[in-house]
Amino acid sequence: MIRRFVRYLLCLVGVFVIGGAVFYFITAPNALPESHWANLGDPDLKNGEMVFWTGGCVSCHAAPGSEGDAKLTLSGGLALKSPFGTFHVPNISPDEKAGIGTWTLAQFGNAMKRGVSPNGQHLYPAFPYNSYARISDKDINDLFGYLKTLPKSGNVAPPHDLPFPYNIRLALGGWKFLYFNDEPRVVLAPTVDDKVKRGQYLVEGAGHCGECHTPRDRLGGFVANTWLSGAPNPEGRGRIPNITPGSKTVGSWSQDDIANYLETGFTPDFDTAGGSMAEVQRNLARLPKPELEAIAAYLKAVPSH
Amino acid sequence: MRLKAITAAVLIAGLGVIGVAIAAEDGTHEARSALMKKVGGAAGAMTAIAKGEKPYDAEAVKAALMTISETAKVFPDQFKPGTETGDKAASPKIWEDHEDFKARAAKLSADADKVLAQLPTDAAGVGGALKTLGGNCGGCHEKFRIKTE
Repeated sequence: MIRRFVRYLLCLVGVFVIGGAVFYFITAPNALPESHWANLGDPDLKNGEMVFWTGGCVSCHAAPGSEGDAKLTLSGGLALKSPFGTFHVPNISPDEKAGIGTWTLAQFGNAMKRGVSPNGQHLYPAFPYNSYARISDKDINDLFGYLKTLPKSGNVAPPHDLPFPYNIRLALGGWKFLYFNDEPRVVLAPTVDDKVKRGQYLVEGAGHCGECHTPRDRLGGFVANTWLSGAPNPEGRGRIPNITPGSKTVGSWSQDDIANYLETGFTPDFDTAGGSMAEVQRNLARLPKPELEAIAAYLKAVPSH
Repeated sequence: MRLKAITAAVLIAGLGVIGVAIAAEDGTHEARSALMKKVGGAAGAMTAIAKGEKPYDAEAVKAALMTISETAKVFPDQFKPGTETGDKAASPKIWEDHEDFKARAAKLSADADKVLAQLPTDAAGVGGALKTLGGNCGGCHEKFRIKTE
């Protein structure tokens, strides 16, 4: 009887070990090789700065409440509340100890495009690498170069405050298996012009607009075929609006209206951006107007919801 | 016949009263939006001039600035204690940090008064004034306004 029980137990352990090994094999952190990041040349800092404002890195990584130039010190520390627990945004200033000062381009690139940390662990997708995976290697190189020019900070953010099972980083491999990809979010007509394609690159990649404007399922993955159709506000009350052509509000705006809104913050009926979008708009206002026009053109071309 | 006419008149008048009551009742989403729409309308009139869609008109600019100044002065009266619920677009922060809320409204009003005291004399000046005033709109909406759709 006991022997049978032991055998049963061993079988069970075996199943778990094999299952675990298979899980790990499928979901292990998948960094791009060092060679992928070689030969990108000197970074174009001006372009890096534009990638920086497209991504709005300051909105999460600047010290909470900082204003003006102080925002460029990416000391981290913001507490991001989510249905899965509280994330504490890390320091990404070029400080050698507290920040990313000792990181290589490959380490930075793999964090941005693969969600893998320098020590080979999965990063939480609160850091939107599921969008950044679409950024070109050149833009990553330029952005990394620009970040290195910013002031250092010695601030160390507290560790994330996440309940079980969300505190198991290994499990993020499962999340990535289900949801992570670097494919286009929507298939556009092959005839669309370059402006729309540029808009797609900005919105789906560095801009990471879908991270708030697309509804998520209970595991935090995007619900299929709802791209940019609006979602509950992750920070509490209210909603993040639908920004597809079918939207009750943005849907009636012209392409110029959208570009103008991103530039000035004013809607066509002279309301303004509010909530988290207020800062997003201020960041995007730093881009050249043609970039904002490209975003607007893409938003007019996505499927209507 | 006459009775019917009187009844109809009373009903119509009643609807009118209800309509006015809804539009004018302080502390509701409708009353608050109506005031904000007045400010938006004024900003729109100034933008049209700044962009050259309409010719510069000192009186129009003055009227728009007065509207902004006066509306911003009375706007916080729409958020008295006891009106915290029922308006999904109003953040609880309005009451948690009421002093800041009032100070921001007062600043918008003061900024409009400042521009009034030195009225812009051309389209470019109107554009500059809009930039000064517009920062107030976004700053307040960032902290205190909740998007509902």
